[in-house]
Amino acid sequence: MRESIGSSLRKDMIRNKAIYLMLFPVIAFYVIFEYGPMYGAVIAFKDFNVGRGIWGSEWVGVSHFNDFFSSIYFWRVMKNTFVINFYLLIFAFPAPILLALLLNEVTSNPFKRTVQSITYLPHFISVVVVVGMIVQFTERNGFITQLLSHFGGSSQASLLAFPENFRAIFVASEIWQQIGWGSIVYLAALSGISTEQYEAATIDGAGRWKKALHVTIPGIMPIIVIMFILNMGKFMTIGFEKIVLMYNPNTYETADVINTYVYRVGLSGSFEFSYATAVGLFQSALNFALLILANWISRKVNETSLW
Amino acid sequence: MASRHDSKGERLFDVFNYVGLSILILACLYPFAYVVFASLSEANAFMAHSGILLHPLGLDFSSYKAVFSNPNILQGYRNTLIIVVGGTALNLALTSLGAYGLSRKNVKLATPIMLGIVFTMFFSGGIIPVFLLVTKTLHLGDNLLALILPTAINTWNLIIMRTSFAAIPEELIESARIDGASEPFILARIVLPLSMSVISVMLLFYGVQHWNAWFQAVIFLRDRELYPVQLILREILIQNNTSAMSQGAGSGSDTYSIGETIKYATVIVTTLPILFIYPFLQKYFVKGVMIGAIKG
Repeated sequence: MRESIGSSLRKDMIRNKAIYLMLFPVIAFYVIFEYGPMYGAVIAFKDFNVGRGIWGSEWVGVSHFNDFFSSIYFWRVMKNTFVINFYLLIFAFPAPILLALLLNEVTSNPFKRTVQSITYLPHFISVVVVVGMIVQFTERNGFITQLLSHFGGSSQASLLAFPENFRAIFVASEIWQQIGWGSIVYLAALSGISTEQYEAATIDGAGRWKKALHVTIPGIMPIIVIMFILNMGKFMTIGFEKIVLMYNPNTYETADVINTYVYRVGLSGSFEFSYATAVGLFQSALNFALLILANWISRKVNETSLW
Repeated sequence: MASRHDSKGERLFDVFNYVGLSILILACLYPFAYVVFASLSEANAFMAHSGILLHPLGLDFSSYKAVFSNPNILQGYRNTLIIVVGGTALNLALTSLGAYGLSRKNVKLATPIMLGIVFTMFFSGGIIPVFLLVTKTLHLGDNLLALILPTAINTWNLIIMRTSFAAIPEELIESARIDGASEPFILARIVLPLSMSVISVMLLFYGVQHWNAWFQAVIFLRDRELYPVQLILREILIQNNTSAMSQGAGSGSDTYSIGETIKYATVIVTTLPILFIYPFLQKYFVKGVMIGAIKG
């Protein structure tokens, strides 16, 4: 049996030689730049020394992981990572769904298209510009600070200087940037719901509210679930670049997440490569476990899953 | 879906819906309008002002003059253009090669290769091993290739393109093959010309990604002469360093106030290219996202 698999593979290789040659640079890219670093991550279990290289460095087992678990930063970065992502999940994740549902009720096509093109725009603006605008607008005399002061908030300094403001500003800016772009997939799913279902609901005497509840939302539920699982797959990596630009030592207390901590101990300031790799690997593993868990739960509960 | 039989409540909802969505439009646009107004304002008038702006305070182009005479920004622009053009070209070449090979139905190893590729979307070695690979193993530190090669393929984009290629009728490719066309010829002369809309999407996604990238530049580049424009922008906007530009524009408080309007002018100058191409490519990318999201 094995032989026949081998020989049929060989036949395939010969017949599709040109295609495999064309795929070669692609495979090379993934091997070097994706799987290479996965191999490189073994330094998490070693005491990496640049001179000795990855292979020559000494094994130290899980001591870097233990150092992290018992470090004073462990709970801070774990808590911030989970809290910030939890906020994103309850505020930023549903926002595009809500927008898509509201747009679905708009009868004027020009208005609908205008809302769409304008709300997609912030997605294309660079993180540096977005954070730059946030920094300027939330300064003591920035327009956001001034606007908020009309509603009772008053600030003698930049809003970003206070740890208690960081998460709200971060989550609000994520919603601002992604609400329109995120709604595209849901709008696509909405356009896939057959008009017959709506007609049937009308015959049954359903008003618009009933139709939204019993036809529209169930119709896009599978895509919501898929997006949710995909979201879990990158749970902890969301917003890293934005946080690095937005936080400062004053706000580390509420802003410092696993990724930013890895960056600080590994690449800026100190260069503890092995320790930082261990922390990063811990995060990758945790993240992967979350993805599997979300997928498993979803398959049990509503029979929608990635695999 | 509104009809004449709408109840009072439903009509009320419509009013709220239109008002709410109009507020959203305003919230998305106003920050940009503010930046434009601020960049055109007279520096001292702008400094004295606080709160929202509904028009420029005076009309003064000196902040733009300062931006365009700043050698750092011009050099940054040049570096960014090299990265965008070179990077996007490589992106398109590799992504279409991969999408073509992986979308053909009679290729036995396509599925396992695809699995190996998709796995990398959800698990990675982390940034430190990437840093060591690029700087220590490949010796690409302080080289613009460090910003191009590690991002040569975006897996999500590869999936979008593969889905689009898979929709091309198999008979078309099969008949070309019978006529003796080679695989690269089929890709270049049959598949790509039929995929102009997905190629536009890729151009936009990859181009914008390179234009906006800054983090890799921070970790891979020490040499300031290689900095892309986003890093210069970060210094000016976030690290608050406008001194290089406002020198010679006066002294003391004058220097400070012109620094403020320069920040906004810099935002405009570095964001304009994206705002320009956006309307042209907009009709394509919606399609692209839909393909990727629904079938990917």
